[in-house]
Amino acid sequence: MYNQTEIIKDTSELGAEGELVINMGPQHPATHGVLHLVVTLNGETIKKIEPHLGYIHRSIEKMCESLTYRQFIYVTSRMDYLSSHINNLGCALLVEKGMAIEVPDRAKYVRVILSELTRIASHELWLGAMAMDLGAFTPFFYAFREREMITDIMEDTCGARLTMNYIVPGGLMYDIHPDFQKKVKAFITQFKSKVNEYEDLVTNNVIFQSRTKGVGILSAEDAISYGCTGPVARASGVSCDIRKIYPYEVYDKVEFEEVLETAGDSFARYMVRVKEMNQSIRIIEQLIDNIPEGDFVGKTKNVLKLPKGEFYTRVETARGELGVFVVSEGGTTPHRIKFRSPGFSNLSVLNHIAAGSKIGDLMASMGTLDLVIPDIDR
Amino acid sequence: MFLKEYISEVVNGVSSLLKGMRKTGYYFAHPKEIITEQYPDNRATLLMSDRFKGEVVMPHDENNEHACTGCTACELACPNGTIKVVTKFEVSPEGKKKKAIDALVYRLELCTMCNLCVVACPSDAIKMAPNFEHSVFDRTKLTKVLNQTGSKIREGIE
Amino acid sequence: MFSLEGITTYVQDWLFMKFNPTLALAMECVIVILLAISLFAILGLVLVLMERKVAAHIQIRLGPNRVGPGGMFQTVADTLKLIMKEGLVPDMADKFLFNLAPFVVMMVGMLLLAPIAFAKNFQIWDINIGVLYISSVSSLSVIGILMAGWASNNKYSLLGAMRSGAQIVSYELSAGFAVLTIVVLTGSLQLSDIVNAQQNGWWIFKGHIPAVIAFVLYIIAVTAETNRAPFDLAEAESELTAGFHTEYSGMRFALFFLAEYINIFIVCAIGATLFFGGWMPLHIGNWEAFNHIMDYIPSSVWFMGKTFFLIFLIMWFRWTFPRLRVDQLLNLEWKYLLPISLFNLLLVAVIAILGWHF
Repeated sequence: MYNQTEIIKDTSELGAEGELVINMGPQHPATHGVLHLVVTLNGETIKKIEPHLGYIHRSIEKMCESLTYRQFIYVTSRMDYLSSHINNLGCALLVEKGMAIEVPDRAKYVRVILSELTRIASHELWLGAMAMDLGAFTPFFYAFREREMITDIMEDTCGARLTMNYIVPGGLMYDIHPDFQKKVKAFITQFKSKVNEYEDLVTNNVIFQSRTKGVGILSAEDAISYGCTGPVARASGVSCDIRKIYPYEVYDKVEFEEVLETAGDSFARYMVRVKEMNQSIRIIEQLIDNIPEGDFVGKTKNVLKLPKGEFYTRVETARGELGVFVVSEGGTTPHRIKFRSPGFSNLSVLNHIAAGSKIGDLMASMGTLDLVIPDIDR
Repeated sequence: MFLKEYISEVVNGVSSLLKGMRKTGYYFAHPKEIITEQYPDNRATLLMSDRFKGEVVMPHDENNEHACTGCTACELACPNGTIKVVTKFEVSPEGKKKKAIDALVYRLELCTMCNLCVVACPSDAIKMAPNFEHSVFDRTKLTKVLNQTGSKIREGIE
Repeated sequence: MFSLEGITTYVQDWLFMKFNPTLALAMECVIVILLAISLFAILGLVLVLMERKVAAHIQIRLGPNRVGPGGMFQTVADTLKLIMKEGLVPDMADKFLFNLAPFVVMMVGMLLLAPIAFAKNFQIWDINIGVLYISSVSSLSVIGILMAGWASNNKYSLLGAMRSGAQIVSYELSAGFAVLTIVVLTGSLQLSDIVNAQQNGWWIFKGHIPAVIAFVLYIIAVTAETNRAPFDLAEAESELTAGFHTEYSGMRFALFFLAEYINIFIVCAIGATLFFGGWMPLHIGNWEAFNHIMDYIPSSVWFMGKTFFLIFLIMWFRWTFPRLRVDQLLNLEWKYLLPISLFNLLLVAVIAILGWHF
């Protein structure tokens, strides 16, 4: 790492004549977490943005080296806390693949339903927070009303509202609540009746459209070369939905569309996420009535040991592709674990899309990248 | 021509703004839609889900008996060392020496509510209670001993 | 029946009876000053609470409801907190201008209070160029803002103040043209004439199309003039610069905050006077019975009701729309509002000459 004098020399080289170097500090109302951006401005135009990370690094990967394969899942909920079920699912899938554990169908269906509910909850929060960045304070509360229904369902079944820790290698930790199906159906009905509210208030609003159309354009080649995944890449036309390309659980049995847009600007990223919410509702509708009876967890040994070798799984979180990579030496704890986080690659594209535009456009671009900093820092 | 585009832009813009205003105006005029719960005034009617993971407790029945055998499975399952089981040797009426639980020390400030200890217990001795009001002024009060004084294990549990 | 005019005539007669004319006049001035200051204080309290409650109900939540019944004393608590805060003056700031700026903005508010008619015959100063006085004095508030931005010795404050200044100066044009529409229809600049001309119906109903267009333009223009959302880029917290009042804390910040709400009240009062008839009750043409019933409601209640309705409308705007970027804001004014207001003025002149209004 740099020593102190090298860092000082670096930052003084940033500002040329007439340029302003400012810090959008770690504590800022709009950066959705502790993100430190060093912005070089020339008047009102942005010349360069440099993100400084690490303010919430908790050495999760190192911690997992001393936890067994049943224990390390709870800490991954805290990485990208808005898609906690999906993170847990990725780790559980890896252990099941490595030890060839059979997962009963009931568990598979419930896991997919929970993943899609988490995706909707994450997109709701994103919608509210992004509208708030642009100055519309009301859609935040309307979005949270829907999210509240989802967290109530999670609280009834899993016992927690944010860091659920319910998916274990082999299936689920305990059976779903008897009211689960009823509440999910009630949520679907409410969501469908309220989705046109977001359209009236945000999507069709002329002010919102003029602030996001044509702002922060990302081309398809750039998306691929920077490694963007998820809605950021799908808005530029890159087809990269893991649920379609490498289907896991029961995603090959349900019908849903992969949402693609070609414009690549902030409005396209916004529309991709809004349409993804509708597709998630479609998936849940197809599964909720057909949950098969049976066990909720497969037969596993008491102590889980992965055989010696390297294992990799990928899942589609709300932000993009999460990859879990484990190097195992045959023991009860992983030798080295690495998470390929979607936010890290999505953040790397910020300099590319925001350089050359105005400060006011930075908020729109950053809001639509949907960054969750604990996911980037781990 | 230019004038038609101009006028249609203005009309579309204004109508989209008015539609948004109608939505917010509807919510202003219908205060029944407010879903705020006024905690802490509503403690009497607050509905908590039974599975809510608030803290770990060891349920005791009317005879002050619990089901914990002191096998330390929960201590091994816990990821961050929240539970510590202290055992002692008890002499049973037949004269056999058996291991029994002295104290199950549970540190609430470290617990991540992951539920692994409850799942690992072979005799269903501990479970999660939905109590969530844990604020104290003195941190040592958060280190709890889960088995009550004078309690012993129920008959027939191994 | 309750009438403010009765109280003022009674007090005036009593004063002139007891003291010599000069002293009575001086005492009248003191009474008016005290009333103006207390009106400001009460309005500040009421409007801040109204904003928070309106915002809360639009956002499906309850507003402040713990301090006092229904949250009535919330603003008092906030004011006490602001008074007790330390008022920092930045190091190299221009002390005289820094301290003067909030007072300039407040003074403009107080000067604008003079020609407004709160009830029948209840005006401080019924000058014959009432509308011109209002337009010219309201332009002076830009000086206060620029003073605040310059004296703070902070490049972000200066940027924010410059943007605010440009925004206010541009939108005054549209506001002026909208006001001119009503002047053309009335034929006089005096505010009491304008109100009396609405005896048989408010201008927004009588002067159909041009008056409605003028009202819409006026509302948009005054929302921009008072730096309210969706035009509040200059003081938005989630953008980079925090505006001209970044360096102000404590009582000086409270004065800026209060001045913003007073400005909203004043422009809404003027809008109510010009477009909705001021203190004139709702009269429909020649329906004698209806008009007679409407006359029973005191004129001050009519005036306050109309003003608070317009204030509610401006608050409704704030909590519904996202913010405009600064170039889109100026674009809106110079390319859309100004041509439409010029065209509207032409239209209303034609209508007034041909007598095609009610």
